[in-house]
Amino acid sequence: MARDLMKGNEAIGAAAIKAGCRYFFGYPITPQSELPEYMSRELPKVGGVFLQAESEVAAINMVYGAAGAGARVMTSSSSPGISLKMEGISYIAGAELPCLIVNIVRGGPGLGGIQPAQSDYFQATKGGGHGDYRLIVLAPNSIQEMCDLVMDGFDIADQYRNPVMILGDGILGQMMEAVELKKPKKRELPPKDWATTGIKDKYGKKRLISSLFIQPEDLEKHNLKLQMKYEKIKKNETKFESVYADDADIVLTAYGTTSRIVSNAIKALKKEGIKAGMIRPITLWPFPYEAYEKAADSAKAFLTVEMSLGQMIEDVKLGVNGKKPVHFYGRTGGMLPDQTEIVEKVKKILGGEI
Amino acid sequence: MKTVFDRTKALTPAAMHYCPGCTHGIVHRLVGEVLEELDILDKSTMVAPVGCSTFIYDYIDCDAQQAAHGRAPAVATGIKRVHPDSVVFTYQGDGDLASIGTAEIVHAAMRGEKITVIFVNNAIYGMTGGQMAPTTLEGQKASTAPLGRDKFQHGLPIRMSEMLATLDSATFIERVSVHDPAHIRKAKSAIKKAFKNQITGVGFSMVEVLSTCPTNWKMTPIESLGWLKDNMIPYYPLGNIRSPKEVE
Repeated sequence: MARDLMKGNEAIGAAAIKAGCRYFFGYPITPQSELPEYMSRELPKVGGVFLQAESEVAAINMVYGAAGAGARVMTSSSSPGISLKMEGISYIAGAELPCLIVNIVRGGPGLGGIQPAQSDYFQATKGGGHGDYRLIVLAPNSIQEMCDLVMDGFDIADQYRNPVMILGDGILGQMMEAVELKKPKKRELPPKDWATTGIKDKYGKKRLISSLFIQPEDLEKHNLKLQMKYEKIKKNETKFESVYADDADIVLTAYGTTSRIVSNAIKALKKEGIKAGMIRPITLWPFPYEAYEKAADSAKAFLTVEMSLGQMIEDVKLGVNGKKPVHFYGRTGGMLPDQTEIVEKVKKILGGEI
Repeated sequence: MKTVFDRTKALTPAAMHYCPGCTHGIVHRLVGEVLEELDILDKSTMVAPVGCSTFIYDYIDCDAQQAAHGRAPAVATGIKRVHPDSVVFTYQGDGDLASIGTAEIVHAAMRGEKITVIFVNNAIYGMTGGQMAPTTLEGQKASTAPLGRDKFQHGLPIRMSEMLATLDSATFIERVSVHDPAHIRKAKSAIKKAFKNQITGVGFSMVEVLSTCPTNWKMTPIESLGWLKDNMIPYYPLGNIRSPKEVE
């Protein structure tokens, strides 16, 4: 199949349409606006609906309604807009509705800036909205992987009745790479017999989409049911890439765009005879803690590299569990981690300087 | 024996949780009767708000989605865009629609979403315990306005129907009351029009229903009906505010 040169934001749209997504509700924000623009052009051609909402708050609630009505639906935004969507995301998680949410992260806090960042890690993986819920967070490091994860992401959402977030950054959204839209592995998807179509089910019963459980006994039961689902997701869906991590003296860790810079740093270190490897989480939730448990037996130290000031490092430390020191290097505000600085940091760690 | 009156089949047998004298029960029944009479009960999805009437989904026997506070028109938009042939309606109180959800209702009306909105205005926050609403009348006491609403501090109450009627795409807007049987009949007629408009694809329709809250107004049910008539109707005049030619 031919590969097309596509801009990240547009490739997400193409992959979503290919995956059967026919509804998009969004609101403009840099650096992801090419995605709603693409959807406004392309969705009507396939009988779909693009709607520009009055706000991110409204957009995510339209997603709630459409997902509850049984549609394959998505929204996208960037950091400040995702903050606004958090109310709706909590309701979507509580009501167990499948949908895809794209966050093309920019620098924060507040209005921050419009350059790429990874500073929404906490928000994406540790809640953001209220309550005991989990978002499945997928972190691609190329346009191709982003397309693959978008397509699989819709299926994952349907399989578990859970919202899925694609956590990209301004670089992934804006850069161009060659992509091929490939069908994801086949999953057994349950029928959406819970969806409100207006027509009662085959037993003549009405359906209700709700996250309200006013009796504490019922809410606890609901939350425990969600936890069981989250355990299943952890078991089945945790995904990471290991690059020379098995016999490395130092294991670096990075996700998304940053992992490509780290990858080059590892190559440079190899040339100097330094055994460095990388663990690249592809799912940020569920986080691949096991990979670090194993690596902690052989590696001397760990280095977490982020476009934020120490967010993912907390999960890396949980994985390493105190067995080895975990160091940190990060840039923020839209500034990029520098390959030579990473190399220097590694040398200092292995040389016992820090 | 001849049955002269029965519960509409659109209402479930569940006992309503509303306080004695609350008029939500009447409005629920009117909506239910209209759904049955227009034979749309099996093609309708309601969107429940946050507030006293959240549990409307226990009482009306059709598909339902429960929405976040004020977001019902956005949720209804999502449902209606997916199932354009179904009937989608929201049922919202004044805290929900006139305060936290102003953006959602204004823009649903602006887009001319083909949904029906039942807006129940009782000039106070009911479920949270009698706090001041944007619709609370001047001088009316509330738990967060213990001395009464003061126009210099709180401004004057918002008239949502008149405000929305300035939007060209808001095709049908009518304000009704349920304080006596004659007005209840008029209310039902307006609600029926609002649903018919959706079925015929005319566009956005909203009925504002002036309603009572004896508990938080600290009045008996009968005093409440009188207070509504004497105080609310002068500020919130009844009648049709916008009507499409198609249903004239």
